[in-house]
Amino acid sequence: MNDLSPTAFLISSSIKVFLVFSATLGVVAIMTLIERRVAAFIQDRLGPNRVGPLGILQPAADGLKNILKEETFPSTADRRFFLLAPALAIIPAAMTFAVIPFAAPLETPWGTVSMIVADIPIGILYVLALASLGVYGIFLAGWASNNKYAFLGGLRASSQMVSYEVALGLSLIPVLMLAGNVTLTEFVWQQQQLGFWYVLPLSLAFILFVIASFAETNRLPFDLPEAESELVTGYHTEYSSMKFSMFMIAEFSHILTASALMATLFLGGWSIPFWSGDHMFWHEGMLISGFTPQGEPIAAAPALWKTLLTFLAFAAKTGFFVLVFMWVRWTLPRFRYDQVMHLGWKVMLPVGLAYIMVLAATILVLDQLAVEGFLFGAVLTAVSALATGIFVFVVDRDRLISGSERAEPTRSGVREVQSARVAVLAGGVEE
Amino acid sequence: MAESYIPVLVLLGVSVVNAVGILAATHILNPRRPTPEKDMPYESGMVPLGDTRARFSIKFYMVAISFIIFDLEAIFLIPWAVEMRSLGWEGFIAVSIFMAVLVVGFIYEWRKGGLDWE
Repeated sequence: MNDLSPTAFLISSSIKVFLVFSATLGVVAIMTLIERRVAAFIQDRLGPNRVGPLGILQPAADGLKNILKEETFPSTADRRFFLLAPALAIIPAAMTFAVIPFAAPLETPWGTVSMIVADIPIGILYVLALASLGVYGIFLAGWASNNKYAFLGGLRASSQMVSYEVALGLSLIPVLMLAGNVTLTEFVWQQQQLGFWYVLPLSLAFILFVIASFAETNRLPFDLPEAESELVTGYHTEYSSMKFSMFMIAEFSHILTASALMATLFLGGWSIPFWSGDHMFWHEGMLISGFTPQGEPIAAAPALWKTLLTFLAFAAKTGFFVLVFMWVRWTLPRFRYDQVMHLGWKVMLPVGLAYIMVLAATILVLDQLAVEGFLFGAVLTAVSALATGIFVFVVDRDRLISGSERAEPTRSGVREVQSARVAVLAGGVEE
Repeated sequence: MAESYIPVLVLLGVSVVNAVGILAATHILNPRRPTPEKDMPYESGMVPLGDTRARFSIKFYMVAISFIIFDLEAIFLIPWAVEMRSLGWEGFIAVSIFMAVLVVGFIYEWRKGGLDWE
């Protein structure tokens, strides 16, 4: 249970980098298949199931086909930036996963290895920084293509992504307030110590984070940058063969990372609920499982089977959110652009700010009353549930629809026509 | 703690090699038979009209400006959030003042229509 020697650290880090990198790409490949299968099942068809058992080799066939396809360069495109854009999209996408812990520390003959690629002290800030770098690839693709659809797609993408990055940052602040740190290993540990997954005491932050993540990954209902009914495929219209695939790989890696972040920040990461055997944390060079009432650290007992079990828990939580991403895609219609901007700036930003202040005041009051443990979590859960209720049922009630109606009085009669149509629709439902 | 960044550098190297490798592999392996029509920018099959680098809505610029302000606000809130419980009410009041100043600007922008998108 000792720390690793520098050589062992280097070797174990390199192994983890290669394993996680190839695992990410592998999971992304499987995700492309799962997405098509889920889409098919939702639409009552079978989806690709011919290449290999259950269609499992479909991603390999797609990849091979894309590598061998002809690549086109638009004659008006800026060739250097046109080539640079997919690389700029895929590099940060493949790197973001590095700071997410994916299992309990593993005991090896050379020391205890943390199951995280890079346990850097800046943690979540690294994620935010790399997530914003993703904008460059997309905007550069739209600009360099010199195609009107691509240009509009890139413009929309960059505008939408910066708008929701604000909401994303604000939704993270309640998590930092509770955890008192910015590293993701600490988030997992604090959730284990509190006995509450943050999804309960910080439910509104969770909702804001999920919405902002959908917008950041350009997924439906926020997929305006590639709205096929108006912009062909948006910023990657001119991209063919493997360069097109690189944008897809980047998008799916972002979905994977976002799902893993939701699991880590709000669902306890790799920890298994209602079991304290997996509580492990590095405290002053020692792997501890908790503190005695006198404040003495208790040494943890890492084991291979614990690492495997916690990895399964992490995979299950992440996989759940990946499926939610796909489920939402085939359930919700796409927003209009003014609605996207309206939601981002006029709803998510003020709600995020107000929630931070409410939560900060609650925590300070509870600290002053010396409330701890279960009661602390329970009170925060109640406050957040109230805030979520206000957000869902009062603040955002019909806000998107009313936002679109405000433009209508200029065209007389539209409102009457629309209400008549609604009445017809309602009648149709009743039959 | 500096050595904990080494894996990030390794990962950066792997990612760059991967990206360049994909670009090179597809460039070497795939056939190229360009024709003037094929290399035309795609505009739903029509001959491209006008210039792409045309002027676009000022709204996008407004969004970028607002983003800088409010993302910086989030960045400034992060150190306070981490130390919030030890800073206590004093820190809370300081942040409230900081936020109030920004909210005044936010309300001004909202009322002036800077956030509208027609």
